[in-house]
Amino acid sequence: MRWRSDPPGAAGAAAVVAAILLVLNLGALGMVASRAEGWGGWSAADGAALRFTLWQALLSAVFSVAMAVPVARALARRRFPGRGALIVLMGAPFILPVLVAVIGLLAVLGRNGLVNDLLALAGLPRVSIYGLHGVVLAHVFFNLPLATRLILQGWLAIPAERFRLAAALGFGPGDVARVLERPMLRETVPGAFLVVFVLCLTSFAVALALGGGPRATTVELAIYQAFRFDFDLGKAALLALVQVALAGAAALVALRLTLPAELGPGFDRTVTRWDATAPGLRAQDAVLIALATLFLALPLAMIALNGLAALATLPASIWTATLRSLAVALVSTALTLALALPIAALAVRRKARIVEALGMLTIAASPLVVGTGLFVLLFPLIDPGKVALGVTALVNAAMALPFALRALTPALAAIEADYGRLADGLGLTGPARLRLLWLPRLRRPLGFAAGLAAALSMGDLGVVAMFASPEGGTLPLALYRLMAAYRMDDAAGAALVLLAASLALFWIFDRGGRLDADA
Amino acid sequence: MLTLDRLTARWGDWTLEADFSVEPGAKLALIGPSGAGKSTLLGLIAGHETPDAGRVLWQGEDLTDAPPAARPVSMIFQDNNLFPHLTAAQNVGLGLRPDLRLDRGQRSQVESALERVGLAGLGARKPGQLSGGQAARVALARALLRHKPLMLLDEPFGALGPALRTEMLDLVAELADETGATLLIVSHDPDDARRIADGVVLVADGIAYPPAPTEDIFANPPEALRAYLG
Repeated sequence: MRWRSDPPGAAGAAAVVAAILLVLNLGALGMVASRAEGWGGWSAADGAALRFTLWQALLSAVFSVAMAVPVARALARRRFPGRGALIVLMGAPFILPVLVAVIGLLAVLGRNGLVNDLLALAGLPRVSIYGLHGVVLAHVFFNLPLATRLILQGWLAIPAERFRLAAALGFGPGDVARVLERPMLRETVPGAFLVVFVLCLTSFAVALALGGGPRATTVELAIYQAFRFDFDLGKAALLALVQVALAGAAALVALRLTLPAELGPGFDRTVTRWDATAPGLRAQDAVLIALATLFLALPLAMIALNGLAALATLPASIWTATLRSLAVALVSTALTLALALPIAALAVRRKARIVEALGMLTIAASPLVVGTGLFVLLFPLIDPGKVALGVTALVNAAMALPFALRALTPALAAIEADYGRLADGLGLTGPARLRLLWLPRLRRPLGFAAGLAAALSMGDLGVVAMFASPEGGTLPLALYRLMAAYRMDDAAGAALVLLAASLALFWIFDRGGRLDADA
Repeated sequence: MLTLDRLTARWGDWTLEADFSVEPGAKLALIGPSGAGKSTLLGLIAGHETPDAGRVLWQGEDLTDAPPAARPVSMIFQDNNLFPHLTAAQNVGLGLRPDLRLDRGQRSQVESALERVGLAGLGARKPGQLSGGQAARVALARALLRHKPLMLLDEPFGALGPALRTEMLDLVAELADETGATLLIVSHDPDDARRIADGVVLVADGIAYPPAPTEDIFANPPEALRAYLG
């Protein structure tokens, strides 16, 4: 016996969307391959870039996960006012524009930052944030919260009854760790480690802002430099192929592990832990939580502080760039939803595994590689500066797609489980099903997905850096130009504008999905 | 006449077979232990599930491959009979046009269907603002409007109290009499069957037995029914 499934035109639409994505990813790859020069062009600097990419990703993943385990344990076994807010704050780096975080980190740890000022007061030499440790630091800033949330999910998935049983048997913290916690960590830590590692492999903006030079250049950054400085398309294409192989291999490994879902709900649960009441443990957890909070909140607070002062004197070009970025973000959001809905429909109605595959494909595929391919494709036809914003919106949409799918697909599956037979019986097919059943009942996840897509696009600095003409481009690119020109006051102001715009876009869409939503 | 021609569904070791006909206008209760396949049988007739063998025929026409909406069937489920984001009137109107583009005449049809089930003036409410009994009436109003010759009810009104449930069952029987519809209702309560059904289909041991007159089957229950009734 099988369930009847009549695809209401969704299969056709999904096929079109899948084709678009394949063309975008594989077509770009094909264009790249067609232009790649032979291995003869591979230089010592390129080898150094490859080694640096792997090394910084490894260090970033090690530090992020090593610090995330004790922080997640502290959050799992303590209750305190503001715990919920802190966990929400740990979700924020996801929609935080990379350059905004970099500016915040510079304000704390940069040449004239808080830490160096304190060091100078104490008569010690100032430390530099640029280079390997700066890149790793910024990656840990972004990924420590992500890893913490992933591992915290594992902790909260241990049934409360197990801890009750442990208490009844008189387990101490060591026994709980051995019997309950370490088996859970063996399941969750490799997945969290790989997610961070893969994300750091394709990191571009951090390396652009804090790396550079022969000793701190990632493959992604080398692609951009081959492009921008040497205009050596053959070299850029060769590097792009290496990047694809790198991220593809990591993604294959990641597929074999069960990837934890980082956007899942249910963080508000705490379990009474009789094994962790010793004053020493309480103090340890308190210190860990305080340090993690400080590490996350201080750079953000500095942006607000420094940025406000500079707002009034911001150059007009920043405001035009803001408008351009808003337009790109809105177009990209619309594209994301238009791509995600048919794929989610296909995944639900046909029970296809396409969602996970697309998710991994897009995490591994780097915007710079897709950008290189599109550039090779479009360059003979049209001035790249003219299509910079359109290409950016499209590539951003493809990047946001896996996250949108992760929000939409389970919700759509629930809708079909609850109302599918009723809708089938009434003949609700095609546009009527979309308009009368799916869209109204998907409001919340649609709002959330739109918010994510808009914020990600608003803050993205990637392919636009390759395409934009010197006077054009988005707000993140304008911000980068201010930083490169060492106009740090203006940069702080622009960072505040970018931060506010990203958070506002997310909030408006997410809120819009919740307002007036029927039970 | 509804004909189930050696209809078979399988799921691993689990099977359900049905091979009988139902006279037009009959009111049948489907009774049997849970998991025996009562809901599956309704799903097969309504087209929500596909048989592994056999045919479903209505007035000699083969329905086996027809999609649910193309069958002469109105079905009322255990729950989720209404879309919570649409008003009562919209939920009823879906029975006339699935895209809800109703003209003036159709809107007044919706009004009178709501009136017939005792919900005059409540068309603008959403299901969340209706009581359980009122929501069940909205679903009945839609079935009335669709005017299909087969009405299938899968343990409806399960969430209602005994008095309200009897009231709703009487309303169902009345509506079936008015429209001449054939009624198949899944129930776990023999009293429901005695109240409105003139025949009983026993579903047990992988078989949906041909309908037997209600009086006879309860007066002289077969072994499987006796085991179920206890």
